[in-house]
Amino acid sequence: MGHPIKQDHARFRKVVKGKIRDSLKKYISQGEMPVPKSNGNFKVPMPSIDTPRFKFGDKQNGGMGQGEGEAGDPVEGQEGEGQPGQGEAGEGEGNKELDIELSLEELANILGEELELPNIEPKGKKALETTSEKYSSINYTGPDSLKHIKRSYKEALKREISLGNYDPDNPCLIPLKEDMRYRSATQSVEFENSAVVIYMMDVSGSMGDEQKEIVRTESFWINLWLKSQYKDIEIRYIIHDATAKEVDEKTFFRTRESGGTLISSAFKLCQQIIEDNYNPSEWNIYPFHFSDGDNWSTDDTKLCLEILENSIIPASNVFCYGQVESRYGSGQFYKDLNNKFGENHEDIILSKIKNKDAILDSIKDFLGKGK
Amino acid sequence: MVTRTKTISGELLELKEEIEQLAKDYGLDFHPVIFEMCDYDTINILASQGGFPTRYPHWRFGMEYDQMSKNYAYGLQKIYEMVINTNPCYAYLLNVNPMVDQKIVMCHVYGHADFFKNNFWFKNTNKKMMDVMANHGTKIRRYMEKYGQDKVESFIDRVLSLENLLDINILFEKPDSLAKRERHKEYLEEEEDFDEFEGTSQALKTFISSKKRATQAKKTSNKEDEEEVVITEDDTKFPNKDIMKFLMENAPITEWESDVIGILREEAYYFLPQRITKIMNEGWASYWHSKMMTQKVMKASEVIDFADHHAGVTAMSRKNINPYKIGIELFRDIEYRWNTGKFGKEYLDCTDMAQKANWDRETNLGMEKIFDVRRTHNDITFIDEFFTKEFCERQKLFTYKFNNRTGRFEIDSKEFEEIKSKLLNALTNFGSPVIELESANYSNRGELLLRHVHQGVDLDLNLAQETMKNIFHIWKRPINLATISEDKESILHFDGKELKAEVK
Repeated sequence: MGHPIKQDHARFRKVVKGKIRDSLKKYISQGEMPVPKSNGNFKVPMPSIDTPRFKFGDKQNGGMGQGEGEAGDPVEGQEGEGQPGQGEAGEGEGNKELDIELSLEELANILGEELELPNIEPKGKKALETTSEKYSSINYTGPDSLKHIKRSYKEALKREISLGNYDPDNPCLIPLKEDMRYRSATQSVEFENSAVVIYMMDVSGSMGDEQKEIVRTESFWINLWLKSQYKDIEIRYIIHDATAKEVDEKTFFRTRESGGTLISSAFKLCQQIIEDNYNPSEWNIYPFHFSDGDNWSTDDTKLCLEILENSIIPASNVFCYGQVESRYGSGQFYKDLNNKFGENHEDIILSKIKNKDAILDSIKDFLGKGK
Repeated sequence: MVTRTKTISGELLELKEEIEQLAKDYGLDFHPVIFEMCDYDTINILASQGGFPTRYPHWRFGMEYDQMSKNYAYGLQKIYEMVINTNPCYAYLLNVNPMVDQKIVMCHVYGHADFFKNNFWFKNTNKKMMDVMANHGTKIRRYMEKYGQDKVESFIDRVLSLENLLDINILFEKPDSLAKRERHKEYLEEEEDFDEFEGTSQALKTFISSKKRATQAKKTSNKEDEEEVVITEDDTKFPNKDIMKFLMENAPITEWESDVIGILREEAYYFLPQRITKIMNEGWASYWHSKMMTQKVMKASEVIDFADHHAGVTAMSRKNINPYKIGIELFRDIEYRWNTGKFGKEYLDCTDMAQKANWDRETNLGMEKIFDVRRTHNDITFIDEFFTKEFCERQKLFTYKFNNRTGRFEIDSKEFEEIKSKLLNALTNFGSPVIELESANYSNRGELLLRHVHQGVDLDLNLAQETMKNIFHIWKRPINLATISEDKESILHFDGKELKAEVK
């Protein structure tokens, strides 16, 4: 067993996770994102969690130091600056900002607990098989290289004893062919689940920076959750105004196009990507579409609904549409989808995101069905 | 528990014996010192637990450990030396340190050990604290098993809010409280069971005896023997700074809760002398490692490493006061002044600057004086008495302030008077605001009235509010705090639901 401090450490981690969960809404609505680190973990900004005590306020605004200089000289940024002294242990006080590192699973768990997200029931269960072999049993035949010497001699010993030939004072054992035992492999089959998330975003003139920020924050947390649910996950990004193109992550969140909006262009591209790369029987497919709800024409909307109904929705686990409220958007597309598919359609989730505070609820809308 | 430390042997043991003898020859006087060798993980564990191998379970030790391990891994911070005020005195060495560092640490540790044994403020600290801490751990673990870890831990969280509400005078109990302790002792002697607690926790003793007093009181009051009842009368005097003790004895809490307060209070008082002698203690230890190393212990080949290390420890900082630096310089200054006779009326009255500068009466009292100082002073009196204008200028001390116009911290003053008073202010009441319990029946409604004795600096009101919430959970009646905020007298009132501020 480890040192008791490991238990204290585990308690500390629990306290920290509790604090993060309590302030998750604040984190998310302020757009404060955990910073990914090179080891796959995330660095989470965390204010000090020191015990409250009666303490002096910071009004005095200053302190004391030693060194060269006259009144009015800056305290720092001069030559001859002293090295920081040796740190002291134990009784140190003051505001310590904590440097907290959480793994993807831990962070996803916090999100899952806070939103009471159900685990996802994967669709293409048996599609990808991997077999692994483990040498965990014994066979009567096999190659010499897998000979289990101990077992073989044991068999020989049993035989000799039962025949009464065994002499403890002169323990000589010669295994015969039938004594031989060999290691043998058992095969186990595992099914891997792969998922692909296809983000589509309307980048026409009416989608401002704030709207994109909302999409960015929301997609970060959705990715986090899906990553914790699937071993393999691929993420594709599509931006569109009147035409659609596939881009990388950076461009997806940065680009600001202008011009009209033809949502169907994105849906067509999405459909194309699925057809070319992702066989729906093998992949769990999650198309997300974010827009402010404006589309160029009712004809195009009609086309959109057709594509959705005939190819995207049948291929996907669930199709998610997030409508980010914007000053310029009419929000018509939400209504159109709603009229066509209804509130309670199995394979389509609609969510309105009014502002940053609504991100968390919207995430719950999308992921709360366990699809 | 798994033993993670190793007693030293071989070359290090020889070194230890050599340095120990040397320290004795210099006149240092200490309890036996036991050096233990450990790896960095162990030293991080020990450091996060205040130097003790066993503490009660609490997440904040885990937090310290978490941050300390990261700091070590990133190379931001390295703990060289740790020593505990016990008898025998335990000190830890880090196994990856080079020999020259081990030498410095050993010399430094003997300085601390001498200080622990001789400084007046440490007189009543429990030298068996290692066992006491372990017992506290066992007791709190038992409470956790019985009442649930979350429940006990969150109660500890609340009590830790009170940890700085201490009365420094408790370190020197006055005659009447000593007499009271004698009375307790008599009670303890009457009851044989209490023998087993000999040498264990003082908190336990006072706790048990106070419970016992209460039961005896019931018996005696039944007999209507008035003389005996006097003892049980609430002897809390107001205003009272020992708020932990007051709550332990008077709050409507269960026995285990009261015991937990007692345990934390005892530990807080144990650490208190170290908090009020930081400058002296580090200064004294640095003075001696420097003296012993340069005069006897160091090999010629180790000069550079020693100088580098020593310079790191006693570096001046423009943002903080380094207690190692101020401490060692002040001891050296005292030694010099008492060697040359630069003290007393004649010297102080002298107005001839040239004469003053070359003053040397060859009094040679320096060594005697610094030993005397290390026995009787704490940081406040140390600074108050020996921090002179000349010293202040030589050390290039300054105060700084934030300049809103330029958006940076700038040197505010190099004036001796201002620096000294700021320094003393920072040390007053071990750097915590003075909070007194003024009434336990405020407004005749059983509410607590705490008063912040304002000495020029306001309280952080957010923290104060959180602290009051925690006190409320223990006292279970509204908490009032009288303070001065932005030059206005006000009373904060927390009734368990919301905080109201009433400005006078």
